[in-house]
Formats: sequence, structure tokens, C-alpha cells
Amino acid sequence: MKLTEVKDILKAEITSGADKLEMVIQSGAGGDLMSDILRGSKEGVLVLSGLNNIQLIRTAVIAGASALVLVRGKKPDEEMKAQAHEHGLPLLTTPFTLFTACGRLFRAGLRGVDPKKNI
Amino acid sequence: MPNLTKRYPIKARDYLKAGEVSIQIQGLLKIIGFAPDFIRRVSLCAYEAEMNVVMHGGDGELTLEVDTDRVDLDVRDAGPGIEDIGLALQEGYSTASEEAREMGFGAGMGLPNIQKNSDSLDIISEKGKGTEVKIGFIA
Repeated sequence: MKLTEVKDILKAEITSGADKLEMVIQSGAGGDLMSDILRGSKEGVLVLSGLNNIQLIRTAVIAGASALVLVRGKKPDEEMKAQAHEHGLPLLTTPFTLFTACGRLFRAGLRGVDPKKNI
Repeated sequence: MPNLTKRYPIKARDYLKAGEVSIQIQGLLKIIGFAPDFIRRVSLCAYEAEMNVVMHGGDGELTLEVDTDRVDLDVRDAGPGIEDIGLALQEGYSTASEEAREMGFGAGMGLPNIQKNSDSLDIISEKGKGTEVKIGFIA
């Protein structure tokens, strides 16, 4: 699934990395605990979170995320945007909750990091 | 790239800068040319260890040693020490502050994540005498 499709499905606004909308997203992961995000991710994953702080950006970079989605309409501050830009991490904001955002992407065919656990 | 050693200071409670050391290490390993999955494992462990120092430790230092076939991290802090290392290695066990939890840390998964993503882990700690965490990775 391309990032531009993710943006449409989530009715999202892109606040950083608008030049990367053609990027292909292989899998998704969602969470509000940094360690869960780190553990449940792999290179190229789309991360969705209800958190909204500078540490979330660093966690996504360390996790090797391809893009980061903030749920519930949370807007990143300037420092978050600057960090995301510096690391080439596209940053999106969706009005949906974490549950609904993940559900919409799953329904459209995006799966979690470990396909065996998607049963 | 043979034998490279770098030392990075880590400041306790500095949540604004926390994680920068690990991101620098991630960038350095990319330049050296290690495989993406290996870099991911090392930087994830560096990040968890760095956050442990920020959350629990007094000020500390991370030493990175890079060789052709392996990477080692040595993370020392002057914090309160770990009373029961076995308990600290249990998933979900946490002594993190409310401040850390509000930011999304303190899930009690730091050391278990390090254990899962490294090839060797050695924790030397005593209550009141700080902590040293040695983490090894074979490329």
C-alpha cells in the first residue's frame, strides 16, 4: 500500500515528508508505549500512535519506521516536525482514534509486522 | 571498519535530548555499512539502555565499540542501582516515574527488549552503587 493511500484511508493531513507519498508501506504497528512500538516494528513499518512528543519521533526513527501517524487529530509541534524532517520521516495526522485508524488500514489490506499473528 | 571506540555522555532526566545518542549510533553504523536488521537491533538496545539512564540513573556514559564482526555497548550510570536484576528482566516490571510513563516509557520492557535483541547481556549493579549494562552483538 502506498503512503498516499494511507493518507486517503485515514483522511490524514501530512505535516512532514509530503514528497514521500509514493513510498510503499509493507506493514503497520500501533501503540502508546515506546517499548511496544520498538518491539512490534521492523524496518519500513508504518507506526500509528496516540502519543505526541519528541520522544515518539526518536522512537520511530530507532524502530526504522517508514512513516508515523498521530491519531485523534494530534498536531506535532515545530520541534517534532523539524526532527521528523531531519530524519526523512513522513508525519501524518488523522482524526480517527488508534483503534479505528488501525481498523481502516487493516480492512484495506495492510497487515501487522508478523503475518502469523494476524489470524 | 576495524576497532572504533566512541564515548557518549548521557544526562539523567533530560527527556528533551534523550535518544540522541542512539540516533547518532544508528547513523554511524549506517555509514559503516552494517546490515539494516543488525543496525536496528543495536540502535534499539542502545535506545532502551539510554532511556534507562535518563529515567533511573544519575548521569551516565555509553561506550560504543565497533569491530568488523561485532558491536559492543557498555552503558554505565551513577543511579540508584538495581535491587533485583532477575525482577528487572521480567516483562512488565517497572519502577519508572509518573513523568516517564506519561511520555510513553516505563512499560517494564526495556531490559527484556535488550535481552531479546542482543547476543549477550551482562548487568552489573548494586543498590546505591549505580549500574553497568554490557550488551554484545555479532554481525
